[in-house]
Amino acid sequence: MTTSTQGFTEEATAGAKSFEATGGDWSDIAEEAVRLGEERIVVNMGPQHPSTHGVLRLMLEIDGETVTEARCGVGYLHTGIEKNMEFRTWTQGVTFCTRMDYLASMFQETAYCLAVEKLLGITDDIPERASVIRVMMMEFTRIGSHLVCIGTGGNELGATSVMIHGFNGREEILRIFEMITGLRMNNAYIRPGGVAQDIPPGALEAIREADGKIRTYVKYLEDLLLANPIYKGRTVDVGTLNLAGCMALGVTGPVLRSAGLPYDVRKAAPYCGYETYEFDVPTSTESDSYSRTVLRFEEIYQSLRIIAQCVDRLQAMGPGPVMVEDKKIAWPAQLAIGSDGMGNSLDHIRHIMGTSMEALIHHFKLVTEGFRVPAGQVFQRVEAPRGELGVHVVSDGGTRPYRAHFRDPSFNNLQAVSLMCEGGQLADVVVAVASLDPVLGGVDR
Amino acid sequence: MSHEQDRELTAPHGTGGETVDVRLGMFGVKGSGDTSGFGGLVAPVVMPGPSPRPYGGWFDEVVDVLAELLEESGTGFDAAIEQVVVDRGELTLDVRREHLVEVARHLRDDQDLRFELCLGVNGVHYPHSTGRELHAVYPLVSVTHSRQLRLEVAVADADPHIPSITDVYPANDWHERETWDFFGIIFDGHPSLARIAMPDDWPGHPQRKDYPLGGIDVEYKGAHIPPADDRRSYS
Amino acid sequence: MGIEEAAPSGFLLTTVEQVAGHARKGSLWPVTFGLACCAIEMMATGTSRFDISRFGMEVFRASPRQADLMIVAGRVSQKMAPVVRQVYDQMSEPKWVLSMGVCASSGGMFNNYAIVQGVDHIVPVDIYLPGCPPRPEMLINAILELHAQIKSAPLGVNRVEAARAAEAAALEATPTSKMMGLLR
Repeated sequence: MTTSTQGFTEEATAGAKSFEATGGDWSDIAEEAVRLGEERIVVNMGPQHPSTHGVLRLMLEIDGETVTEARCGVGYLHTGIEKNMEFRTWTQGVTFCTRMDYLASMFQETAYCLAVEKLLGITDDIPERASVIRVMMMEFTRIGSHLVCIGTGGNELGATSVMIHGFNGREEILRIFEMITGLRMNNAYIRPGGVAQDIPPGALEAIREADGKIRTYVKYLEDLLLANPIYKGRTVDVGTLNLAGCMALGVTGPVLRSAGLPYDVRKAAPYCGYETYEFDVPTSTESDSYSRTVLRFEEIYQSLRIIAQCVDRLQAMGPGPVMVEDKKIAWPAQLAIGSDGMGNSLDHIRHIMGTSMEALIHHFKLVTEGFRVPAGQVFQRVEAPRGELGVHVVSDGGTRPYRAHFRDPSFNNLQAVSLMCEGGQLADVVVAVASLDPVLGGVDR
Repeated sequence: MSHEQDRELTAPHGTGGETVDVRLGMFGVKGSGDTSGFGGLVAPVVMPGPSPRPYGGWFDEVVDVLAELLEESGTGFDAAIEQVVVDRGELTLDVRREHLVEVARHLRDDQDLRFELCLGVNGVHYPHSTGRELHAVYPLVSVTHSRQLRLEVAVADADPHIPSITDVYPANDWHERETWDFFGIIFDGHPSLARIAMPDDWPGHPQRKDYPLGGIDVEYKGAHIPPADDRRSYS
Repeated sequence: MGIEEAAPSGFLLTTVEQVAGHARKGSLWPVTFGLACCAIEMMATGTSRFDISRFGMEVFRASPRQADLMIVAGRVSQKMAPVVRQVYDQMSEPKWVLSMGVCASSGGMFNNYAIVQGVDHIVPVDIYLPGCPPRPEMLINAILELHAQIKSAPLGVNRVEAARAAEAAALEATPTSKMMGLLR
């Protein structure tokens, strides 16, 4: 440290960094500022922002309107869900994992339950009715998630009516969810062994009606967006990520399919009987934001197709069990939803209290302590709306997950933000992030 | 795949795997007070062990091709791979950390293997498994052949270094940061190993077993319910 | 604030209170502070099935300066807490806080190292709304309660008196942790 020409001595500033601003240093600084500092600005699209799709922090270095460097800061929604799951039973884990990616809650539940069932070795014993209901719920969730993606994407671009129509379409789906599971969101419906309860009477008719209503709203959205010159101007050739980039960064889901690779876990490694359903995997080769929007619309139609097949199967199947038969694992109660929206199945309570003490104890132990899962580890993948969701579950033979880790697709896909945004315009960052469709609950868990 | 092959894959192979913990007692009661006799129970927690050949399905082919590549490159199959575990229809290769990058590269590049996607790293902490406390698990997926397998690396708490595979699979960038953040496994060669989910100056690594769950007592009109890791446990 | 701060309690002040209260609750603009699942329900409340536009609230202002109400919708993590406080500080008076959902009110099901156990550790909350997530109708209920609170809020000398009275009552009351033996 040297003293300045005004004669300030070192003791006053001992320990603090001092920047010499005379003589040689200043000319260096000034020259650098002229070269870089004046033109480059670091902008923080902070965690609280209407257009970052959640609590995502984007640190952008911009030169005029061009983004020269883009970096993501995540972790603003970290909830420690995976650690929380280690202190709850296997079934209670479902209520936690469902809240990670809150727009694809059924996918997390299903992936987790499939992994637990693999550990238990009961994958073949899950009743077919339960599998069909799982597929139906997952496809409804996929449609709801895509509607929110397209809706909020439109909102971020300034088109508020797109959001209104998207959410209205989603409301039809939430009505179905409420009818079947009791909750609109974060329903802990899919449990290890099957589903919590069967679909109520009247649900199949309601689903058939909802199909028509959803198609109406999707048609509104398509009319508003796909031929709209402003939308096309903002999304065509924006946020491109070619196939090599996608494979290098492990990006899956609509982004990978928009780059040309028809990779879908439902076809590659089918689960829940997906190999028996007829559906296509929409693909495109443009790899820009516009093609991802088109793909998402196509996926909604394919999901509606699968749901129609599920409804036909459920109709043909007739009533049946929705939980695995093994009484050591199956969730014991078949709850009925009372007229006030809450309720216990009084018949069931009468039954177990009237039959035997052992049955009551068994019910109690199963609910409070939970079942034991033999030691080992398992990895289960499902095709979530955003990409490939992987669940790694480790059991130590106890009643609680020893370690449950979720490989969330949004967490992985957000790494592509730098590739997509650098070199583009500032406004295109919003479009690119919207087309990646990250849900920060899944990213941060 | 035929049903018989499915059964083959799902039947548990191998016994005598790694003992990661020994559970003493049954009801979580510490000290005297448990007069049931279950307090004397000693139950080792044993993870599935190495499987005998044939592994079943496509596992043999993959292991053979990998063994060939490792022998060719001079590393040697036994030096790189500690054990091969086939359990519940899934293949796990326990890899020694020195050869992790090479094994990953072979798995990605060879045309019969072609595991293009690495679905991240997961850390698992076994505090009682001395010398091998921290495990890092890498699930790999082959898009071409529709296969998946798992690489597992075990390191000791005292020396938690694992070479980073971001050169082979750039997708692992954030996943390795997350594993460092939550477990303290240091990935050598990672471009920027910084915390990702916790604030940058957070002390400790939250998802280790010796890190408390945190949380506060829930109080309501004089009653206190402690957070989940402090409560009495009956199992 | 203005002349009503100096006006004596009486007819004039009461009239000003009524007008100001009515105006304030009539167009209470929320700041976009959706964090997690509750944010989706908050967005659903803004869309046409539940429509908070009928209360003048569909404009979610991104800038805290232009907003009156901060609906903390979702779980507040340790990393996000300073941001919550900063946005609250940047809002201009008068401002209110509605903590939506159990995670914002008390930490919810996540009683752990990562979540702030209730956003009232960071900002003063006017209305707590339980639910996981609360239905849009529940959110509207909470907003209407808040509207009632705002409409009848005292101003000027009345406000000072009301604050003194509330403080005296709070000092006399039993703290919640001392209310023992009530669970029977």
